[in-house]
This record gives sequence, structure tokens and C-alpha cells, in this order.
Amino acid sequence: MEWFDAHNLARLQFAFTVSFHIIFPSFSIGLASFLAVLNGLHLYTGKTVYLTLFNYWKKIFAIAFGMGVVSGIVMSYEFGTNWSVFADKVGPVIGPLMGYEVMSAFFLEAGFLGVMLFGRERVGPKLHFFATLMVAAGTAMSAFWILSVNSWMQTPAGFGYNDVGQFIVKDWLEVIFNPSLPYRLVHMVLAAYLTTAFVVGSVGAYHLLKQRLNPNPDAQGKLSAEAVRTMFSMAMWMAAIVAPLQMMAGDAHGLNTLKYQPRKIAAIEGHYETVSRAPLILFGIPDTKEQKMNYVVEIPVLGSLILTHTLDGTIQGMKEWPIAEQPPMGIVFFAFRGMVGIGMLMLCLGLWSLWLRYKGKLYDAPLMHRAALYMGPSGFVAVLCGWVVTEVGRQPYTVYNLLTTAQSASPIDAAAVAGSLLAFIVVYFTLFGAGVFYILRLMSHPPSPIQSELSRDTPLRAAGFVPPAFHDEQMGKQP
Amino acid sequence: MNLDYALIWAGLIAFAVIAYVCLDGFDLGVGILFPFAQNETQRDEMMNSVAPVWDGNETWLVLGGGGLFAVFPLAYSIIMPAMYAPFFIMLLALVFRGVSFEFRWKSHRRKYLWDWAFAGGSIVATFAQGMALGTLVQGIQVTGRAYSGGWWDWLSPFSLLTGCALLIGYILLGSTWLIYKAEGAVQAMAYRFARIAAVLMLVMIGIVSLWTPLLHEHFMVKWFAWPAMLFVAPVPVLVLLCAALLFKGLKNQQELTPFIATQGLFVLSYIGLGISFYPYIVPSSVTIWAAAGPDNSLKFLLVGAVFLIPIILSYTIYSYWVFRGKVGKTSAYHS
Repeated sequence: MEWFDAHNLARLQFAFTVSFHIIFPSFSIGLASFLAVLNGLHLYTGKTVYLTLFNYWKKIFAIAFGMGVVSGIVMSYEFGTNWSVFADKVGPVIGPLMGYEVMSAFFLEAGFLGVMLFGRERVGPKLHFFATLMVAAGTAMSAFWILSVNSWMQTPAGFGYNDVGQFIVKDWLEVIFNPSLPYRLVHMVLAAYLTTAFVVGSVGAYHLLKQRLNPNPDAQGKLSAEAVRTMFSMAMWMAAIVAPLQMMAGDAHGLNTLKYQPRKIAAIEGHYETVSRAPLILFGIPDTKEQKMNYVVEIPVLGSLILTHTLDGTIQGMKEWPIAEQPPMGIVFFAFRGMVGIGMLMLCLGLWSLWLRYKGKLYDAPLMHRAALYMGPSGFVAVLCGWVVTEVGRQPYTVYNLLTTAQSASPIDAAAVAGSLLAFIVVYFTLFGAGVFYILRLMSHPPSPIQSELSRDTPLRAAGFVPPAFHDEQMGKQP
Repeated sequence: MNLDYALIWAGLIAFAVIAYVCLDGFDLGVGILFPFAQNETQRDEMMNSVAPVWDGNETWLVLGGGGLFAVFPLAYSIIMPAMYAPFFIMLLALVFRGVSFEFRWKSHRRKYLWDWAFAGGSIVATFAQGMALGTLVQGIQVTGRAYSGGWWDWLSPFSLLTGCALLIGYILLGSTWLIYKAEGAVQAMAYRFARIAAVLMLVMIGIVSLWTPLLHEHFMVKWFAWPAMLFVAPVPVLVLLCAALLFKGLKNQQELTPFIATQGLFVLSYIGLGISFYPYIVPSSVTIWAAAGPDNSLKFLLVGAVFLIPIILSYTIYSYWVFRGKVGKTSAYHS
């Protein structure tokens, strides 16, 4: 029980709240862009199917975005409550970046969200498209700034110190565009797009499977089926294009990490010994005490080939550093394998969809639809695994090599941190559980064209989040 | 040119906080009044009056917190641990309330649960904010560069009083907002609450104004020493003027005047607090200049703020303009 001191409890709390939080942005970044594309396509082609899909995903976006906002507000205060020494020392560097995030991203999203959700009839289709674009731009800008902050903590640059021991900035461009930012940004934005593509694809697949049970739909059903096929097709295009891009981005990110954070790579690869012609360890159980891997399954030479792009490249092993400076290897090692494994599956599904499309059978492949259905949450798992790799791999530091996590914590009693952690766990699981339930329930209904036609005619009064027709259909059972 | 960046930023952060109080204050107030609605239709009307704007309103809280972190990291790292409990409670309450905006419309059988989450979250968040303010005003124990007070420091008669005062203040903001946006029964209820809250609000302003100078000698000198008194005298005079406008507006059943007058009361009380605080950011222990980060951090963010805050304000105003007028009884669709 000694492990549970205030500082480790604060780490647990941060890990818990940030893990919960990242689920929603990784969905809403992708979904906001998807909504902007749908809105733009409707404006450009005039086809109702795009508006139908826009209205369908808009409601899901509203819930996911709301949960992202409230769990994000918590984060912005947690730096101070649990990590006050970190906040004091690093504030002059990363604080302004977060200030830019609030001013350029949060306000943009929040300011145009109301117009995007409720305002279509009030402002007309063109301004409504503009509002959707602004929301999408806000989510993207938010990703840029917060990843700049995180990247600086991984690969600090452009800084100095002042006489009270704070980090100060020498060169803002070096701080913002620090060495790992470009790689992390591309990797994360692609991850968000992939995550969204697999959620959309999964919902599409679910309704494709359901519609097989009803081979002779009425006019309504036909329109709905068209919308389902459109979203499934769009999602599978994304999967087929983005999954391979993501592999390349991940590889480049890995090389960047090798250069700046070799310890993290040692943990990812599972190497304790420094070796040339390093094997790729597929599986093993790390033993920190003995400093060796047990039960190893490996492919010779492939490790060097992947990381150094040569056959006899040398990879530093974890033993190069004292145990006190090592990140926990097991967590990083397994989380990385989880992420890459899911990436491989995503690539397979993308290729499968290309093959079926070529054969003209994309909408008539129940086995593949079933696979796409089950892979719906895969993006979230991969994103969480990826963040575990990069954050745990940075340990025992908050600012890599410069400020330890233990030095960063607030002078707060363990009891206070434990109490708030417990409350966060209970509240988050209850509330966000309910949110996920509502999202799943929305997803279980097929997109209905009537709903979008009618909601156009509704008076422009802020009508809540549920267009009337949809609600009537829900409430029909209990008039 | 040698600008006093710390002072400029103190002004900007103060602006973000008062913008938050004025804006989120009325939608929290609507939440506090939620249990008093007679039926589902009325609750729908109340929630719809703030649904399109609450998210933007709450973003000012993030700017206040994030801005403090960015430009006054020392103040941030002292204030946050000192306010651990009230802020933590406030954040959880805001989570409850924020999700109910969405969940309420999605729930079929358990809608009442989210009604309570919305009301309860609003009440608790407001009270916690009021207590946090009281805690800050009464002073925080600081040693070196860190908070050195106890776990229960935030709980005192004064902070309980400020908690109640803010509750009443937000009720007044919420009810005058509803007078402006709602019709019929909801508006009538809002008039009733506004009349009571207006009286209580003035009483609270009186008590807090008299109590505050007693907390520190520093505050006392500010308000009751000659000739400083001459400079601060306009504040109480303007408070009385706003109060007169408020009561007149309520009496003559005007729709917009009471809301504007209430906002005036909030701004003036806030200016009064600002006068008491200056030049400290953590009363009587850390000044604005001691808490400020290095000049180049302040300058870097200021460039963005000068450019972005006017843009933020203009599209915020645009969004309010899009949803102008009475909220209407669209609730018929939901019942």
C-alpha cells in the first residue's frame, strides 16, 4: 500500500480523467470534419441524403462534444489542484500555448456550436455551413495547441530558466514547433479520423445488416437505405486511405522518438540489452528486477530494420539507464502492441472494403459488415493505447529529463486526492455511461429522411436537440 | 515602448472572470430556478432559453483558469490547491449540469433525473463558486511559493455568506433573463423571484461590503481613509442607481431593464472587489507583479489576445443575435 501516496494517487487521477477525456475529442475532431464535409456536399450537390446524414450525426456529435467540454474543463483546473509545482515552473512556457488554445479554439467551437445545432433555419444553409466549418476548425486548432503543449513536455526546446527556477521561453517558434510536434500532430489527427471512420462504418454496417432482414422496404426505407449505404461507403473510403497513411505516420513518429526519447523506444521494443541486428520482440514478459525479458517470441533482425531502416543498426537497451530513470516497461510494451495490432486490423478491413468495392459487393457482404460492426470501438482502444505508450513512456518525468513527476505534485494530502479520485470514478462512469447509452440508442435508429425534411419546417425557436419528427416517432408509443 | 504587461493582463483576466460571472451567471440562475417550474413545458422553455449559448458562456471560465495559469502561474499554483475542495465540487457540479443539457432530451423515462441533475448541478456549482470567492477574499496562507494553509480553510462563516450571496445573485440574473426571454407563466414566475431576489441581493451586497474591510487592514484603508474614499465613492453611488433602475423596471413590468440593471450591479460589485484586491492577486500575500510570468510570455499571449478577444466578442454577440427574441413554446414538440 506504500505505493498509494499523494503523488501516485494524483498520477492515477490524471490518468483516469485524461483517458476519459481523450475518448470524446478523438471522436469529435473526426466527426466535426465529417459533418463539415456532409454539409458542404449537401450545399454543393443539393442531394437530401447528405442533409439526412448531417442531421443524424449532428445529434450524436452534440452529446459527444458536450461530454468532451465538461471533462476538459476538469483538466484545465487539475493542473493547478494536483500539479501546482508543475504549474508554477512550467506555466510561463505551456500556459500561453493553452491560452491560445482557449482563445482560438474553445471559443470558436462554443460560439458556433449553437448555430450549427439549432440555427440552420435562422441563418440559412450557407452561413450554417460556415458555422459547421468553424466548429471543425476549432476542434482542429484545439488539437494543434494541446499537442504542442504535450510535445514540448516530451521534447522540450527553446527554453531557459529564471532565478526562481521557472522555465522561461527563449524562442517561441522553437517551443511551439518543438521536434516531436509535427509527428504527434499528424499521428493524432489521423487517429481521430480513423476512430470516427470506424464508428461511422460500424453504424452503417449495423443498419446494412438489419436492412437485409427487410428485403422489400417502402419508399421511406429506400431513402433510409441510401443514407446508410452512403455513410458506410464514405467510412470505408476513409479506412482504406487513412489506415496505411497512419502506419507511415506512426513509423516516422517512432523514428523521431528514437532520436529524442530512446528510453521510450527501449520500453516499446522490450530491449534491456543494447544490441545491433536487434530482433523484433513480438511477445515477452518484462522483469524489472532482473532487468530481462522472459518468454520471448521474436523475429530476428526486424527490430533494427524497422527502427534504423538498416539490418545492423544498434538499438539502445533499457540497462543503459539506472532503474530510477526507467519508465515502467511492461505497460508501454503491451500498450504499444495493442495499438499496432488494432492498426493492422484496421488496415485489413480497409483493404477488404477496397476488394469488395472492386467486386461491386460492398453493400452485400454480411461477413465483412459483421467485422466492421465489431470494430466500431477499435479506434478508441487504439487511441488510449497510443497515449499510454507516449505518456507512461515519458516517466518518471513530466518534462522529459528536466522535471520529475514526483517534483511536480501539489502539497496536498493523500486523503484529499484519493477522495476526489473516487468521486471522479463514480461520477464519470455514471454520467458518461449514460451518455454512451444515449449515443448507442441514437445509433440504433436508422437515419430517417423525414426527420430532416420536417425539421426544416419547424419554427426556428431553439428546439432542443431532438427534431420534432424524431421525437414524435419516439413518443408515439406514449402519446 | 515599455508597457506594464502584468497590469494589462490582470485587467484581461479580471475581464474574463466578470464576463464569465455575467454570462454563465444567468444560465446557472435559470438552472437554480428549474425546480420551481410548474410542468414539463415550462422547464423546456427555461432550458431552451439558454441551450444555444451556455457552452460559450462557460468557456469564459476556462479562459479565466487557463489565463491565470498562462500569465500568473504562481497565483494559479497557490490558489488552486487552496481551493481544492470548492473547485473540485464546482467542476463535478458543472459536469452534471453540462451533460443534462443533452441527456434530458434523449431520456424517455428518466427525464426527471436529468432535471434534478441540471438544477442540483447549477445550485452546487454556484454555491461552490461563491465560497471560492469568499475564501480568496479572506486571504490564503502562503509560504515561499506555495499554499501552506489547511484542508478546511475554505470553510468559514464569511465563505458561507459569499456562497449564499452568489446564489441569490445568480437567481436574480436568471430570473431577469427569463423575464426578457420567456412569456406567460414562466415570465410571471420570473417576476416574482426577481422581486424577492432583488431585495435580498441588496442586503447581501451591503453585508459583504461592510464585512470585507474588517477582514484586512489593507481593505479598510482602501475604502475608509481620506482622501482615497473620494475616488471609490462613485461605486456605492452607482450601485444605488442600478438598484433604483432594477426596482423601477420590475415595478413597471419592463422586460429588458431589470436584466441590464442586474448586470450593472454585478459589474459594480466586481469593480468594488477589484479595488479592494489591488495591487494583490492573492490578497495581502502575492502582488500582481510578483505572480506574473516573465514578460515575454505575457507579451506573446497578449498579441493573440488583442487580436482574438474582439473576434470572440463579435461572434458571441452574433450568436446571441441569431437566437434573439422570445424563446417560444417549442416545448409542445417534446411533451
